[in-house]
Amino acid sequence: MKPASFEYHRATTVSEALTFVNELGEDAKFIAGGQSLVPMMNFRLARPTALIDIMHIPKLNSIYRDGDSLIVGALTRHRTLELTTDASVVEGFALLSSAARWIGHTPIRTRGTIGGSLVHADASAEWCMMARLFDAQMTLEGPRGRRTVSSGDWFQGMFSTAADFNELLVEIQFISPRRYGALAEFARRHGDFALAAVAVAFDVVDDRLCNVGIVIGGVEGIPVRASEAETLLEGASLGAVDVEGAARSAAAGVEPMESEPGEAAYRRHLVDTLTRRAIHDALATRVQ
Amino acid sequence: MSESCEITLTVNGVRHQVSVEPRRTLADVLRIDLGLTGTHVGCEHGICGACTVLMDDQPVRACLVFGVQADGSSIRTVEGLAANGELTDLQQAFSRHHALQCGFCTPGFLMLAEGYLAETPAPDRVAVREMVSANLCRCTGYQGIVDAIVDVAEQRFHERPI
Amino acid sequence: MATASSARQSQQWVGQPLQRREDSRFLRGTGRYTDDVPHAFALHVAFVRSPIAFGVIRSIEVTRALEIPGVVAVLTSADLGHPSLTGFLDRDEFVTTSMPILAHERVRFVGEPIAIVVATDRYIAEDAVEAVACEIDELTAIVTMDDQVPSQIPIHDAAPDGVLVDLRMFTDDELEGVLAASPLVVDETFRSGRLQAAPMEGRGALAEWIDRDDQLVVTVSTQLPHQVRTGIAQALGLVERQVRVIVPDVGGGFGFKAVLGREEVAVAAAARILGRPVRWAEDRLESLTASFQGREQEYTVRAGFTEDGVLTGLAADIRCNVGAYSAFPFTCGLEPIMAATEFLGVYKVPRYASRSRGIASNKPPSNAYRGVSRPQIVMVMEGLMDRAADRLGIDRVEIRRRNTIRPEDFPYTGPNGITYEPGSYLEALELCAAQVQQLGWWQRREEAAPGFIRGIGIANFSERNAYGTATMGLRRMPMTPGFEVAHLTMDASGDVTLTSGTCSAGQGHETTFAQIVADRLGIAPDRIKLRQGDTDLTSFGWGTFAGRSLVIGGGAAAVAARKLATQLKEVAAYLLSVSADDIELSNGNATVRVSGESMSIDDIAKTVHFRSHLLPAREEYLLESHGSADPSGMFSNGCHAALVEIDAGTGAVCVLDYLVVEDCGVIVNPLVVDGQVRGGIAQGIGSTLYEEAEYSSDGQPLAGSFMSYLVPTAAEMPPIAIHHLETPCYQTETGVKGMGEAGTIGAPAVILSALNDALRSRGAWLEHVPVTPADMQQLLALPIETESS
Ligand SMILES: Cc1cc2nc3c(=O)[nH]c(=O)nc-3n(C[C@H](O)[C@H](O)[C@H](O)COP(=O)(O)OP(=O)(O)OC[C@H]3O[C@@H](n4cnc5c(N)ncnc54)[C@H](O)[C@@H]3O)c2cc1C
Ligand code: FES
Ligand code: FES
Repeated sequence: MKPASFEYHRATTVSEALTFVNELGEDAKFIAGGQSLVPMMNFRLARPTALIDIMHIPKLNSIYRDGDSLIVGALTRHRTLELTTDASVVEGFALLSSAARWIGHTPIRTRGTIGGSLVHADASAEWCMMARLFDAQMTLEGPRGRRTVSSGDWFQGMFSTAADFNELLVEIQFISPRRYGALAEFARRHGDFALAAVAVAFDVVDDRLCNVGIVIGGVEGIPVRASEAETLLEGASLGAVDVEGAARSAAAGVEPMESEPGEAAYRRHLVDTLTRRAIHDALATRVQ
Repeated sequence: MSESCEITLTVNGVRHQVSVEPRRTLADVLRIDLGLTGTHVGCEHGICGACTVLMDDQPVRACLVFGVQADGSSIRTVEGLAANGELTDLQQAFSRHHALQCGFCTPGFLMLAEGYLAETPAPDRVAVREMVSANLCRCTGYQGIVDAIVDVAEQRFHERPI
Repeated sequence: MATASSARQSQQWVGQPLQRREDSRFLRGTGRYTDDVPHAFALHVAFVRSPIAFGVIRSIEVTRALEIPGVVAVLTSADLGHPSLTGFLDRDEFVTTSMPILAHERVRFVGEPIAIVVATDRYIAEDAVEAVACEIDELTAIVTMDDQVPSQIPIHDAAPDGVLVDLRMFTDDELEGVLAASPLVVDETFRSGRLQAAPMEGRGALAEWIDRDDQLVVTVSTQLPHQVRTGIAQALGLVERQVRVIVPDVGGGFGFKAVLGREEVAVAAAARILGRPVRWAEDRLESLTASFQGREQEYTVRAGFTEDGVLTGLAADIRCNVGAYSAFPFTCGLEPIMAATEFLGVYKVPRYASRSRGIASNKPPSNAYRGVSRPQIVMVMEGLMDRAADRLGIDRVEIRRRNTIRPEDFPYTGPNGITYEPGSYLEALELCAAQVQQLGWWQRREEAAPGFIRGIGIANFSERNAYGTATMGLRRMPMTPGFEVAHLTMDASGDVTLTSGTCSAGQGHETTFAQIVADRLGIAPDRIKLRQGDTDLTSFGWGTFAGRSLVIGGGAAAVAARKLATQLKEVAAYLLSVSADDIELSNGNATVRVSGESMSIDDIAKTVHFRSHLLPAREEYLLESHGSADPSGMFSNGCHAALVEIDAGTGAVCVLDYLVVEDCGVIVNPLVVDGQVRGGIAQGIGSTLYEEAEYSSDGQPLAGSFMSYLVPTAAEMPPIAIHHLETPCYQTETGVKGMGEAGTIGAPAVILSALNDALRSRGAWLEHVPVTPADMQQLLALPIETESS
């Protein structure tokens, strides 16, 4: 389990990274935390001919507030987001910190980055779900200059995104804060990638739910919004939230991946359960 | 084979300059190039944690970091714990609570706990168990490992300078 | 022979929770496992392995690989002279097959080694592996025990039907009549999934030919140093003296290393052929997919009961999927023989018949994994008890009580021909049941939150261990294990070196053996150094497996220590002018009982070495002794209980609490015993709820990483409370019984029992492991029945 050989280049600025990738071409890869890339290289399932190390671009390791938006540099570690609980920064995005805790284990979170996770685009990855939930805008820099892709367009299929090989994800802008939210996941073993996960967030105005977002991860090839269930909850009065209905609707709305018989039905069932739990937990955050 | 790179690592306080192929993992650099075989390799895909070391004080999987990526950083391994010869409180607690049998996983758990306790001075048992679940041990069933770390955390908390 | 109780009177160290002597080096990172052993010039190995499950090799093309800078050699079976290993049973029902060291002609499982690449480092060796081109004609893979492909060649020509061993060890002409007349016959089929022992350190080898000694020195991570020596010598055409096997620290064995793998032999062969040191460290992918597995078994059982729930007879048809080869030295008969012989456990079964088969498949060979078949048979017996209890409306503890071998029954001889020495079978059951009551589990069982169901399981069982030659002989292996020999030498400073042919893989032998010897010599355990794992430095032994080391190896050490004590007393008696009978050894001194006059044992040692002219002329100089032990084998026993909770929303199972009552005779070191129990339970829980080495229908491994082979973490483990009973063993001087496997053996049964308790109200019933959340979910989708059914 040793990787194939590659050249190594360290970039200290965005433009340096882009110059490297231009020169080295499609078989080169950026490496951030390496927590997805290196295991694949050790199994020789990935064999880039060159790695461009972007971890030493200080500018991309940042978290700041811009009005309603939370702007996170692509190199921000999972662990940093986990520990960022300062209300003045994360107001409306408090779920990010607790979502980070679901990512693998501490020694993974100290290295892994939010940008790496979004580019790797595992359908059950917490950041991919959060990007969908909080309508993130992904800012890329590349030969075409700087462009921004909304989370709706970002995920193109399993492990595939709108980013081109020669584009660097530089920052992620979460634009729709919600006061209340929760993430419910299920994995066979603690810390593993979820078999299914559901994230819920909403605001409450005049005792009614609004801006309801529900994202289902790990069930289809990309994280998906449960829009019917969202509609069902939108405007519901706090005393009469149809949790059951929303869960049923979310479960009915997914088209689960199936690699063995019965798996789809099982994942659908999980969506039902997890939606229920996520809504309950989100409502509970309001009571606190 | 691609060309070797010169890297500088400070390991347990000692500066080393080594020439390594870019593809050599930090675990292999430590074990093969520096002869520090206390860091073990149990899976090479980030799950078992036998290779856990502290890189700039943070626990990381040495099998998921290339040596070249670690160039310029400061690494602590199990060999650095009992630097003055005497076992640290954490190491002693592991022995007291029979937190090790074959010992293969032990360096990884020690470094994981060392990094964790430095950042989280007064964890409760639930938090310790969650942290311990980052690494695999096939021998002990974990109870001794959790007990040892909880014990040290309490001890350190009571003995902290006020 | 001293009885256990009299030997215990003078004990000071046995029974103490002594911190382990081996801990210090492991905690400092200075322990030395096979891949840590430094060797400046060793070449590194990677194997070319079969990408398909079953096929005929057409060609192996190595030239491109040889062109890669750093590649020293690529060797095929032909280059090694077609060596092989053959596990053998002297039985008509056994089909002898050989395992080539490197596949030639056919490949029989994904991952089977085809060629060995030797290079200057492992990275380059793996590059070269990719450059070797193998042409293989694919055949249809046999994956399950029911797969049959009549139109193609079989896995082994010698076994056209795929059956490698078909044993009818126990027959009973009356059984069918008895079952027909029984008011209740429970007729069930239990299954268990394929497992991997997954020690954290994989296998590994470092081999070098040393001309000066005319010897191949092979450092191996194994539980069986001497058997590895025999196998390598046989495979390479050497005599035993020409192979020295050294075993450094071993990072977990669990049976997985109670075997000789073909890779170790290939590494040794390459070192010999190339005349250069060669090393290999098994990586996780190889370990999970291309080494040894086990436990894929199916039990079709019919058990007759009276209306009172008393067993009348039992018929079992046992099938084990033993994979593609018969492993060396214990053969593919290991699981079937164990299952048939020890099926009945702690219960009195008047009539018993069994058939047990080992069936070949295109999967890695099976070998021992902690407990060998016992986790299955206990799961089956306890499942039968639970089933019968439900059918007859008898309490689950009560039905066990009615069938358990009682204290007054010992020595009890079962229809399996085994005579059981006293154990606390009933006492363990009662204590466990009482604890469950006292801890309020029955109430907690009712306190599940909505959407969750709880259940309590109980499993009463025994663990046979320390099989001596008398018992092993019945298996009819040409290499019949059992005895151990220990050597003790006291040096001039009064320190003692003990050698043993057993081989620790984390069990703490350096501590526990020293405790046994210390008591007998009256010196502190830290004055006693245990040496294992070197065939040149220890006399022949059978290694470590099946709870044998402390019983047999420790038993031999006790005998040797007793003899050395006599020598010390004789010298002291001469120097102090008293009779040897008047001398007592304790606290480092030889003391005259009546007068209190004493001299230190260190002084005795010094005198014997440096001033032996002061002593009378005698036949034996120095302070050396040896001892042997060969008990027939014994049963330790235990009873486990578990409280589990099923999350109906996800199908997940959580083990909330776990209780152990165990009896392993005299406890040498409670820390070590509890550690073995807990670790065993973790593995048992893994095999029941998480782990399975799954294969696709074309024989591709689906669990090639720790992402898919789910070894439990701390988060999956319940708190475990342990209670000890102590029924000393009378077969050894120490009173010790083996206990390394009990945790693994009890856990599947007790968790399945608890799940079935929880599922009773749903009318569901489980008889397979592992139980996945998806399985559970399907069961829970069944219509809900009322509690009274
Ligand atoms: C044991 C283990 C458990 C894990 N469990 C989880 C889990 O539960 N949930 C979860 O979400 N993740 C999990 N992960 C994955 C982890 O979160 C990774 O850190 C993350 O997916 C990738 O981030 P990275 O910085 O490590 O990226 P890398 O591995 O460095 O890169 C991943 C990919 O993204 C590209 N890339 C990286 N950064 C950029 C950028 N800025 N611009 C363009 N391309 C870029 C790389 O070229 C590569 O293709 C786990 C990993 C391990 C080893
Ligand atoms: S070897 Fe690094 S996590 Fe297992
Ligand atoms: S002590 Fe053996 S793996 Fe942990």
